Amino acid sequence: MSPLANPLPDAEAQCRQLADLIRPHLHRNPALIGIYSGGAWIAERLKELLSLPEDIGLIDVSFYRDDFAEKGLHPQVKPTVIPFDVEGRHLILVDDVLYTGRTTRAALNELFDYGRPASVSMAVLADRGGRELPIGAAYCVWDVDLSDGQNLVLVRNADGQLAWRLENV
Amino acid sequence: MYNPQLNKDGELTHLLSIEGLPQRILTQILDTAASFMEVSARDVKKVPLLRGKSVFNLFFENSTRTRTTFEIAAKRLSADVINLDINKSSASKGETLLDTIDNLCAMHANLFVVRHASSGAPYLIAEHLHKVGRDDIHVVNAGDGRHAHPTQGLLDMYTIRHYKKDFSQLRVAIVGDILHSRVARSDIHALTTLGVPEVRAIGPETLLPKHLDKLGVHVFHDMNEGLKDCDVVIMLRLQNERMTGALLPSAGEYFRHYGLTPQKLALAKPDAIVMHPGPMNRGVEIHSAVADGPQAVILPQVTFGIAVRMAVMSIVAGN
Repeated sequence: MSPLANPLPDAEAQCRQLADLIRPHLHRNPALIGIYSGGAWIAERLKELLSLPEDIGLIDVSFYRDDFAEKGLHPQVKPTVIPFDVEGRHLILVDDVLYTGRTTRAALNELFDYGRPASVSMAVLADRGGRELPIGAAYCVWDVDLSDGQNLVLVRNADGQLAWRLENV
Repeated sequence: MYNPQLNKDGELTHLLSIEGLPQRILTQILDTAASFMEVSARDVKKVPLLRGKSVFNLFFENSTRTRTTFEIAAKRLSADVINLDINKSSASKGETLLDTIDNLCAMHANLFVVRHASSGAPYLIAEHLHKVGRDDIHVVNAGDGRHAHPTQGLLDMYTIRHYKKDFSQLRVAIVGDILHSRVARSDIHALTTLGVPEVRAIGPETLLPKHLDKLGVHVFHDMNEGLKDCDVVIMLRLQNERMTGALLPSAGEYFRHYGLTPQKLALAKPDAIVMHPGPMNRGVEIHSAVADGPQAVILPQVTFGIAVRMAVMSIVAGN
């Protein structure tokens, strides 16, 4: 784990690196599914960088979260859109930050309600450790060490550029 | 102002009436419902939000559509649904409403969906649950007397937003027996809260409540005038079972004046939509050519109703 760089790394450059990691595996004709909201932006970038002809899927895991009993329903749920048949496909789930793994678990449960994919792998810009479930990213460009009180958030600026922001919670 | 529907953080814990709910909560319900529409289009039409929870459908008054769509909605949220046929149950043996509720709480109920002929019955239940310290149990009003039918109001708003996109430029007419209609009351409150600039009520004097103008509603007794340039026409059922005394000469006479025919609908905007909460009385308040015509969105309303009820139940159960 590298300590937190200052300034934070360029998220757009990281998207290009992530695309480079995925490129050798394109012969499996993978389909991308971005997790709202950061993962959806990254998946859009990857689709362009990898010249994928197929529309990406978008997933909102609010209906599958395991903290519903404590936190209730997220006030802004977006519709999940999977524009392709997941049956038998190699799927790449895209997110901005991999942390506890609980969001990934929720996304997997949701995906399997659409069918039985051939495989699901995970692509993220940042892995901050702290896993609470046996989940890992096949493609990751940035291992970063954060304290519990810190939150790494991907934002999309007014000019459409992706950037990292560090929040103290 | 104290609102028994909201918790101390201003979040919805019961849905009893649209009156008094802020715009942000109505919008949150409509937005959430849009996400549930997608779930209903899947092969597996189920999400695990209410897994292990028990939803009791308490219908003290007859209903097919509302009870069925609440049941489907709860099942798509993975809840266990128990339908109580109250006519055959303890109520007919003399048990009070609140004793029934206490017994169902002892069976670990999590959410009550209540329809009752008496206005205020869902309030009474919500208040009682608070008194006995069961704020973890939620109440959704599925229609109480003449008072409110909030999920119907919300699904009407969902339908309008689906077809018209935006509330801020609309002219909406509600036609018929507004006096006896809890749907009309919920619609009026919802339309006003969501910023519809012109809400019209059309009907004979005997079927319009007094003081509608205080709610900001424009009153018309002439259908031809009232329908002019409307974007949305909400037809109401002539409620025979609630009709006491001589409010109307005859159903035929009513149809002549207030039945929606293709000729009358032509006075509204060409792209106007026609809604009806059901069940329809063909030839009484609506002509079959309209009910089955291209401008009718009466069956989509039913489909939207499932998503809206999923949204309401999942939001209250989470707060």
